Amino acid sequence: MTTVAAAVPDALPGRDQARWWRFTVRLFRTKPLGAAGAVVFAIFLLSGIFAGVLAPYGINETDLAHRLEPPSRQFLLGTDHLGRDLFSRVLMGARLSMIVGFCAAALATVVSIVIGVLTGYLGGWFDMLTQRLVDAWMTFPDLVLLIVIVSVVGPGITQIVIILGLLYGIAGSRIVRGAVTSVREHVYTHAAQSIGAGTFHILRRHILPNVMPVVIVLFTTRVGAVILSEAALSFLGLGVPPPAPTWGGMLSGDGRTYLYLGPWLALAPGICLTVVVYAANVFGDALRDLLDPRMRGT
Amino acid sequence: MKTYILRRLLAMVPTLFFASLIVFVSMRVIPGDVIDLMLAQNDVSTSLDREALEAAMGLDQPMATQYVRWAGNALSGDLGQSLWRSTPVTEQILARLPVTFELGLLALVVALSVAVPIGIFSATRQDSALDYTARSFSLVMLAIPGFWLGTLVMVFPSVWWRWAPELEYTPFLVDPIANLTHLIVPAILLGLSLSAVTMRMTRTMMLEVMRQDYVRTARAKGLRERAVVVQHALKNGLIPVVTLIGLQAPLLIGGAVVMEQIFVIPGMGLLLLEGVYERDYPVISGVFLVVGVAVLLINLLVDLSYGWLDPKVRYG
Repeated sequence: MTTVAAAVPDALPGRDQARWWRFTVRLFRTKPLGAAGAVVFAIFLLSGIFAGVLAPYGINETDLAHRLEPPSRQFLLGTDHLGRDLFSRVLMGARLSMIVGFCAAALATVVSIVIGVLTGYLGGWFDMLTQRLVDAWMTFPDLVLLIVIVSVVGPGITQIVIILGLLYGIAGSRIVRGAVTSVREHVYTHAAQSIGAGTFHILRRHILPNVMPVVIVLFTTRVGAVILSEAALSFLGLGVPPPAPTWGGMLSGDGRTYLYLGPWLALAPGICLTVVVYAANVFGDALRDLLDPRMRGT
Repeated sequence: MKTYILRRLLAMVPTLFFASLIVFVSMRVIPGDVIDLMLAQNDVSTSLDREALEAAMGLDQPMATQYVRWAGNALSGDLGQSLWRSTPVTEQILARLPVTFELGLLALVVALSVAVPIGIFSATRQDSALDYTARSFSLVMLAIPGFWLGTLVMVFPSVWWRWAPELEYTPFLVDPIANLTHLIVPAILLGLSLSAVTMRMTRTMMLEVMRQDYVRTARAKGLRERAVVVQHALKNGLIPVVTLIGLQAPLLIGGAVVMEQIFVIPGMGLLLLEGVYERDYPVISGVFLVVGVAVLLINLLVDLSYGWLDPKVRYG
């Protein structure tokens, strides 16, 4: 069996790099909006990573002499009711959003792959049963499901990542499963089966590489959705608990009454959320059009 | 049509079963918690001890027995007793259900009356400036968080013009005008965020239909473009949009939770949140189950109307 596997040459590192480069050029040339989305998203990602260096003040550094100050040169986005610098908090909020976005989307992708590949390839009663369970799971509105699970496991960043990962993972397994059922019927899969390849080997060498475009698109489109869900949960007081500077949390809780005295406090977190999610969505759409034309328009 | 209805109903049974299982399991993850809460609520000196309470609530039975009893009660309309309030959960939910239903219906009306005309217009003038504007708008609406939009509507008008949206709920039957002035703002916000998806869908469907032979025939026999679109294309193009209403039911309910929280509307969403904040698990599981069943029923209705609108589906 190993001989067959070895006969398929692995892509050389140099060629891989060239392929990436060509793909990036194609993205920028044919999908300028999607490329711009990628750039904007990267900017937010970098500001999240370097938030510690970029933030002029500590996120929980209160300055009672400067409470509810409008944006100025000293405080770029103004200060909140405790005299905390909003700019620093929004930067740290980007870090939290990115951590949750990437971790939960990654977990979701893994869950989607495991469920989708197993049910799609094995089929039979196992597939039947799992699909009915997925049906039932998808019946519940995302937000209601999230609220209920948080009420059971309690709020916190780890819980949120796991819950969001499970939620979107189970929903996304449908898409992976669909791709797997079509790959399963390809000649190369039948060929591998007929020479006696093991199930695990076929899944790893033949099925998985061929559903990769779908998986990549799934991951990208999920990042935006996950960030939005986390923000909604934190807004409802069920996400990452304060004083963590989440974008959703900044608009709720005890700070909410002060929005009337400092309306600027309501702008930055919402604008950041909208821009990040928009960027992630258009980038995901562009990737889908380039990598997986079948999913276009879904 | 009869066999079609029967088939749809039968297809619903396993989903309903698994959905109820999800509700049951999610709540049974924390049985110890509920008992602790109930014990903490009572005086320590009371004769109620842990085991007696567990036996009284049937928590000492095997899981399968517990599930059968719980599901049986739920089927007969008994969703248990609130931990902190004396009213049964069913009664609380029945009081809140019409409110959310009204909000959802209003939002749906807003969404359709915004999305369908723009979607059609966008499709008939593909790649025009208006088409691009409409598509960009729908992409932006997909990214804007509903809770932020709601917050902005609360904060800025009151800062600028000293006007704030109504926050006091009046039942429709008591005073329809007061009721609508309260619900219309959240309904518009909810409807706008729903219109994004509906608009995209309407546009895609219309584009598909407009490319078909019978539309070309209609044009070839000299009909005006308006007649081609309205009398020929629209009928087929809008059928999938009906399905979309079913697909949006979960989105609508999820969005309603946020709007009910912001605008203090005593609907199912607010009941759920109150349940979560007070750790009132019977209320949470009751709302959870009812929401799931409601979504399933809406989808059933949509499926049925779909079969009625499109004969191909019925016999397919």
